[in-house]
Amino acid sequence: MRIGLQAYPRFLELAYQLSRRLLLPFSRWMVPGGWIEKIFVVLEKGAKGAIFDCRMCGDCVLHSTGMTCPMTCPKNMRNGPCGGVRQNGNCEIIPEMKCVWMQAWDRSKVMRVYGDDFLGILPPRKGQLQDGSAWINDFTGIAVQDPASWLE
Amino acid sequence: MIPTSRLERVLKSGRFAVTGELNPPDSADPESVFERALVLAEVCDGINATDASGAHVHMSSVGVCALLTRAGYEPVMQVSCRDRNRIALQGDLLGAAAMGVRNVLCLTGDGVETGDHPDAKPVFDLDSISLLKTARSMCDRSRFLSGRQLEVAPRFFLGAASNPFVPPFDFRPLRLAKKVEAGAEFIQTQYCFDVPRLEKFMRTVRDLGLAEKVYILVGVGPLRSARAGEWIRNNVPGVHIPDAVISRLKGVPPEKQVEEGKRLCVEIIQQVRETPGVCGVHVMAYRQEELVAEIIDEAGLLPRGGYGSMGADQGRRLARMSTQPKTL
Ligand code: SF4
Repeated sequence: MRIGLQAYPRFLELAYQLSRRLLLPFSRWMVPGGWIEKIFVVLEKGAKGAIFDCRMCGDCVLHSTGMTCPMTCPKNMRNGPCGGVRQNGNCEIIPEMKCVWMQAWDRSKVMRVYGDDFLGILPPRKGQLQDGSAWINDFTGIAVQDPASWLE
Repeated sequence: MIPTSRLERVLKSGRFAVTGELNPPDSADPESVFERALVLAEVCDGINATDASGAHVHMSSVGVCALLTRAGYEPVMQVSCRDRNRIALQGDLLGAAAMGVRNVLCLTGDGVETGDHPDAKPVFDLDSISLLKTARSMCDRSRFLSGRQLEVAPRFFLGAASNPFVPPFDFRPLRLAKKVEAGAEFIQTQYCFDVPRLEKFMRTVRDLGLAEKVYILVGVGPLRSARAGEWIRNNVPGVHIPDAVISRLKGVPPEKQVEEGKRLCVEIIQQVRETPGVCGVHVMAYRQEELVAEIIDEAGLLPRGGYGSMGADQGRRLARMSTQPKTL
């Protein structure tokens, strides 16, 4: 079941910003591997699954990609649309689906807080985070961290 | 000191560069690679070896490139993220560098669905941009993605692809900017059949200051017939062919369509050569290497060594910029 909230990227980015603020004071308890992570996983699966068709990659970048899940792109692109987008804006691989990145780009244009993040370069996904809690990985700092060879 | 690439030197001198595409054979015989290379080498500054393009199996690009460097040719090795994860990709880059490959084109790759093994597992561990940045850090920082130190770093002239002809049109120049930031030094575009669209794209590219930072080679190629054009338009991902092109081909009798397709390609080359910021062309013709040679000849690009629309200046200006330390 999908909820049509993605039509309101501006609302979603504010919701993300607010949740982050509310969770911040509790970050010392947000550690991977325990029962707290299990609760987060269940909640994230339910909420992000329904809104974003989330694939639980555990390395969430939604606010940098126009509140659109890049894992729903068949090529798992993390840095914008591939060169195969059809003239009608549909996906190269799934012709009846609108290109995920076309939607992401349109949505990011109305996002005032995180919209510009769309132009940055995102690191490759960390495979070992799959099925963990993206919120916890966000607070421990492991998610979206650049690979060692990219760091200054 | 590892010598730099010939393609890089041609571009930095401001000369209008020509690269051609070699379609790897379905054969274990090196002769079939050498035959094709011989034709292309006479007319090109660099020979692209495709990496299972269209997700069809052929001899690997690393294998073709190893043969080409052994015979003294200048390959551009295409590397796609579709079939290999970061471990294999980095290993192949090192192997290629050791075999004398100096030019690498980093691609995401077409989906397996369009190829001859649609049941294959698509990998897409990296995308073209993270592959570029990974290759850049191998060259400039002498490190694998994991941070582990290399004993000797490769030296690559790094390239990427761009497709100005598919939506979202307003994002395409910004995606090019990302690729430049990730470390691309040259760009080869998808097939251009729509010159006004290219000019629009190039205008934004110039406004963003990207024409000063990266050498852009425009992809071109002949259509064999109106029917072939229609087939490509419907079946090859990312190739945009305007109606006007198809109807122009339809306007001549079938036996003259090959000639007309070639003429159209030559005209497009001549037009893009006049577009400011375009530093060369990349000529592609699936398994028709002789045709590539004829087109380059008829477009007036022989003997090699002529300058682009901005003359020697542009190359030198870019060369100055790119000798400054690269930031990641
Ligand atoms: S067309 Fe869009 S959704 Fe489809 S593979 Fe390419 S970037 Fe992903």
